[in-house]
Amino acid sequence: MADLVLKNVRKSFGRAHVIHGVDLDIKDGEFIVFVGPSGCGKSTLLRLIAGLEDISSGDLFIGGERVNDLAPAKRGIAMVFQSYALYPHMSVYANMAFGLELAKSSKADIDSKVREAARMLQIENLLDRKPRQLSGGQRQRVAIGRAIVRDPKVFLFDEPLSNLDAALRVQTRIEIAKLHNDTGATMIYVTHDQVEAMTLADRIVVLNAGRIEQVGTPLELYHRPANLFVAGFLGSPQMNFIECVVSHVGAEGVQVQLPNASMLTAPVSSQGVRVGETVTLGIRPDHVKVSPQGSLTGRIELVEELGENHLLYVDFGKGRHLTVREPGDAHHQAGQEVALSLAPEFCHLFRETGEALPFLSESKAPAPSSPDMSSRAA
Amino acid sequence: MSSAVAPATVPAQVPVQGGRSSLTRSRIRAAWVFIAPTLIVLALIAGWPLARTIWFSFTDANLNNLTDYEFIGFENYIANYDGEWLGLLTDPDWWRSVWNTVWFTTISVSIETVLGTIVALILNASFPGRGLMRAVILIPWAIPTVVSAKMWNWMLHDQFGVINDMLLRLGLIAAPITWTANPDTALWTVIMVDVWKTTPFMALLILAALQMLPGDIYEAAKVDGVHPVKVFFRVTLPLIKPALIVAVIFRGLDALRVFDLIYVLTANSRDTASMSVYARQQLVDFQEVGLGSAASTLIFLIIALLIVITMAAGRVRLSGDPR
Amino acid sequence: MKILTRIGFWLLVAAIGLFSIFPFYYAVMSSFRSGADLFKVAYWPERLDFSNYVAVFERQPFGTNIFNSVVVAGSVVALSLALGITAAYAFGRIRFKGRSLLLMTILAVSMFPQVAVLSGMFELIRSFGLYNTLPGLILANLMLTLPFTVWVLTTFMRELPKEIEEAAFVDGATPWIVVRRVFLPLMMPAAVTTGLLAFIVSWNEFLFALTFTLTNEQRTVPPAIALMSGSTAYELPWGTIMAASVIVTLPIIALVLIFQRKIVAGLTAGAVKG
Ligand SMILES: Nc1ncnc2c1ncn2[C@@H]1O[C@H](COP(=O)(O)OP(=O)(O)O)[C@@H](O)[C@H]1O
Ligand SMILES: [Mg+2]
Repeated sequence: MADLVLKNVRKSFGRAHVIHGVDLDIKDGEFIVFVGPSGCGKSTLLRLIAGLEDISSGDLFIGGERVNDLAPAKRGIAMVFQSYALYPHMSVYANMAFGLELAKSSKADIDSKVREAARMLQIENLLDRKPRQLSGGQRQRVAIGRAIVRDPKVFLFDEPLSNLDAALRVQTRIEIAKLHNDTGATMIYVTHDQVEAMTLADRIVVLNAGRIEQVGTPLELYHRPANLFVAGFLGSPQMNFIECVVSHVGAEGVQVQLPNASMLTAPVSSQGVRVGETVTLGIRPDHVKVSPQGSLTGRIELVEELGENHLLYVDFGKGRHLTVREPGDAHHQAGQEVALSLAPEFCHLFRETGEALPFLSESKAPAPSSPDMSSRAA
Repeated sequence: MSSAVAPATVPAQVPVQGGRSSLTRSRIRAAWVFIAPTLIVLALIAGWPLARTIWFSFTDANLNNLTDYEFIGFENYIANYDGEWLGLLTDPDWWRSVWNTVWFTTISVSIETVLGTIVALILNASFPGRGLMRAVILIPWAIPTVVSAKMWNWMLHDQFGVINDMLLRLGLIAAPITWTANPDTALWTVIMVDVWKTTPFMALLILAALQMLPGDIYEAAKVDGVHPVKVFFRVTLPLIKPALIVAVIFRGLDALRVFDLIYVLTANSRDTASMSVYARQQLVDFQEVGLGSAASTLIFLIIALLIVITMAAGRVRLSGDPR
Repeated sequence: MKILTRIGFWLLVAAIGLFSIFPFYYAVMSSFRSGADLFKVAYWPERLDFSNYVAVFERQPFGTNIFNSVVVAGSVVALSLALGITAAYAFGRIRFKGRSLLLMTILAVSMFPQVAVLSGMFELIRSFGLYNTLPGLILANLMLTLPFTVWVLTTFMRELPKEIEEAAFVDGATPWIVVRRVFLPLMMPAAVTTGLLAFIVSWNEFLFALTFTLTNEQRTVPPAIALMSGSTAYELPWGTIMAASVIVTLPIIALVLIFQRKIVAGLTAGAVKG
């Protein structure tokens, strides 16, 4: 069993507080991804789990055992570093064998484990090379191989793909997912790339400035962001945000007045919301449509063709913009006036604290899948 | 993460529960184990001898018998016998050696700094054969001091020396000069040989600093049509000043303890004896361990004082961040 | 104007080059002249006369002196590096209380005037029974090389990536294993640089060698050359001295020419970082 529990974990470097009380339960075999902007403390949190940094306060349990004071090698973890951190003077074989050798495994045992991992990663023909004779992708595999041979209960990855080119990144991503399936080990994966986060994670942990903003499955986070930060962080292009004023509250939802005075009722809980309060309406570009009956009018500033879909950047006055994504090729040009309609059932409302108003019923919006791990295959 | 730094009104920061993992603990333990041998060796061969030297300076110890001596307080430094002042601080030879050392240090380090800068500027320009030149100027630095002193002794020989020969041929002097024996020229000769030997070291340190300067400043100055000399004084010099100061300090501290060069070049001549030469002469030649140790102690104090001032001035950053 | 600047530049380069190598050139020249020839100034070689080179080994135990220098410098380098690398790991990569203070003390020792420890060192060496022996010189020379070895290696040690060390800890390495199996191989270039500097310092050391040896058989090269005397007390055997000088300088010059880059890196690593 290798479930992880973090209880009010804090970390400061001297006077700089970097992690501000993180609580997190990670189940055995789960694939967890930490995302967040650069400098938010993702790596630090991972290094706390690895034991490479001291936990300033709070508790960390791995497999039910408190491991705050345990050396990294005794925590049953393996780590893949962003820079790969291969030993430059050792062959690929020696790199992978080093940990086992230190653990005093028998020669035969080491050999079979290294060769097995090399076979899995298809690097058998590279075993005699030195790291400097390898390409970036091959180094990455060796780094993963070095983790595999340790047979860890928990794999830790710190932005393992960020030094690879786009094609290799997709390929390696798929292999990591496969590795998760094959080993069944718990994996914690740090990235700032939301595609990696969405595709790999059983659950995503969104971090911001040393705090957890939200934890949930990728679709939960995408469809039901708990706050403005998560809503803005996940999804590309970014969710549109429009400041509005609450004009009416009722059982059917919260009615807001858009900047052009038209009304819109979002199906969200009105609990505690006052008429006249300023809220932020959030809607993804996919849920804004160009239609003659649209209530918001504006001028197209820019058209971006992406092939399978296209983006329109619409200015609707006072420097406010909306991004629209529609399928297929664009049949509008920059400079054209268009009317836009917002699908009310996809409108999120965020209060001034940034916190989202919960949706009233799950049936109106596409329900996020239940967090059933076994259904998520690679 | 500036927002994470607790404002002054918050009384206490998040308590740090001394949570050191076993990795940190074992590394700190290892650190002490790893430095222990070095510390022990240095204590034995630097700390202890230094302490003994200072102790000897308060005794009448003699080199013939280092176990039999008496404590005599400050008498090696200064003492009054029947109204007559004696001791190191009253010895004109000592003061002569102090003056020689200070003079030698000031002049030679100044010349070396100026010449070193010029050589560094030249080596910083790109021309064919630059790598070879860099190696060539290292030669004087690498030649053992004793050997360079002997070479120069031979070149400066009053009757058969090549220097006198050259100067005579060029008509610059009328009669051969006894460079190292003549009190007027001896110290200057020492300075010249030191400049020959140590300018490369200065030049390389300054060159390293020059090479760290961003190239675009020069481009900008060139575009603006600023005269190169002006560029040097307005742009280059201020930028390499920190490195220059460090180099001057290192060289200065080194020059203050000069021994080999003077000892070999001019023997035990009073006209050129440095403090180190004086101390060794008392200690070994005259077997006066007490007096010699007193001189050694004073040299140590002078240099230690300068080191402390330097370090306090914070010119030399001593502890980078171990990452 | 442009041409004049160019000519001036090259004249300056030539002057610096000439000034740097002329003394050594002249020493080589003189070493191949003997008898009355030696006392006539000459700028170009006329014929090769090896008698000085023969004399230096016949009239003195110069072979022994060279051997002594090699033993002393070699041992000093080995000891300094062995002690220095472990200490540099601690100073360069581990945060512990008193680190800066200790490092500062060690740097201060490297600026010690040698003469300040002379009488104490004399007593120490005598009491160990090492007076007029090579181990005595090795011990004394460590005082000169160990501090800067630690210092220079520490600056190099700081440059190594921290993730490699961390990967080793995850692999179960102890700090000792990290030093021995991971950093030692990576520090090899730095160790070569530092070792070269230590070798040159020890090879050139004079004051200790002069004071702590008594007989010519125990001397290293510098005091042997400094104390070379001829058949009469008044005239020094210049030809022999020049031959000896050339012999001991050639290997150093070879080292400098081969390892120029490494030496410069070592010299500047210790000094310019501030
Ligand atoms: N050893 C350290 N000392 C001081 N500050 C650190 C240290 N390591 C990280 N930090 C700081 O902690 C914050 C979080 O860093 P990190 O966890 O690396 O961010 P991320 O991986 O999310 O980009 C940053 O502001 C960084 O400057
Ligand atoms: Mg990071």
